[in-house]
Amino acid sequence: MASALINVPVTAKRGDVIEIKTLISHVMETGFRHTMTGAVIPRNIVTDFSCRYNGVEVFRAELFSAFSANPFIAFFTTATESGTFEFRWSGDNGFIETASASITVA
Amino acid sequence: MRTIVALLVATTLTAATLTTFRGRASEIPQADRRSGSTFMSPQTQAMQNDDTSNPGMLWVLDGNALWAKKTGIADRACMDCHGDARQSMRGVATKYPAFDEALARPVDLEQRVNLCRVNHQQASPLAYESRDLLALTALIGNQSRGLPIAPGADPRLAPFVAKGRELFMRRQGQLNLGCTNCHDDNWDKRLAGSAVTQAHPTGYPLYRLEWQGLGSLQRRLRNCMVGMRAQPYEADAPETVALELFLMSRAQGMPIETPAVRP
Repeated sequence: MASALINVPVTAKRGDVIEIKTLISHVMETGFRHTMTGAVIPRNIVTDFSCRYNGVEVFRAELFSAFSANPFIAFFTTATESGTFEFRWSGDNGFIETASASITVA
Repeated sequence: MRTIVALLVATTLTAATLTTFRGRASEIPQADRRSGSTFMSPQTQAMQNDDTSNPGMLWVLDGNALWAKKTGIADRACMDCHGDARQSMRGVATKYPAFDEALARPVDLEQRVNLCRVNHQQASPLAYESRDLLALTALIGNQSRGLPIAPGADPRLAPFVAKGRELFMRRQGQLNLGCTNCHDDNWDKRLAGSAVTQAHPTGYPLYRLEWQGLGSLQRRLRNCMVGMRAQPYEADAPETVALELFLMSRAQGMPIETPAVRP
């Protein structure tokens, strides 16, 4: 049951710098841990995150084993026009999660 | 492993200090009562207070989906009987653990969800600390956010509160500590760098950064008992519910924060 929480301002003035906050549900298993019997617990993490603003990529991040569970990523961008932010997380074992949020720029 | 050893050494030293110099066990005056969140750094408080940065809200989100999902032989969802959780579950968590007529003893929220599942949905009970059970209890708890904790109005609960109080005061384990020795007498001090706090269960189930996940009050209690090197109670043990009930009655009037964030 993957799920994401997104916080994008509903409205903004043209040229405003806005903060976007994202939170995704994920175990982020490092791949460095072992079970009681010594077997390695395979790595299972989110490896890529990107945000597109009306189709144009405005933010991208690569994630590694040191990230904690349920990664929280916040970043800033400039509000240029009304439209949609599309978020995409991808990772090990074919993990893909998408979310979107819209903004009205006056 | 090294961290655990260091922590145990630190715990032993502190415990030795506690038992040597602080023998009293007095209750916290009403005016001095504080939620665990007031001991946290401003950053962790900000994380709890913003629903889009509070990771516990991910479980609430899951709980919402489960609330509407039909399950069991009866093929019923929680929603089919209880309707919209936002209305029907408002204030419910403030009264738990509550007295169950059929069992003639108090049950906590986890047990109530499972009783509902077994009796009304004819489904198998959910395992303690399973994602689904935490999600449902987080959803229910979240509906009481900001409302004052008000358990134990039922006079039949009195002996169980007394039992819980006795367990809270009783010294046990290899370190020979009672809950009260830390949480009544030394809540304003630190234990291995962490605030001791007053043990008011205002935000369960809560997201602990150390756990990297959500956990119930029972899990927290087991944590504490392992820390004082006592034998933790079984998940279903009456002692656990009695302790939960006493802790909630001790936190009477304090607002619910579910899902809280703790370090």
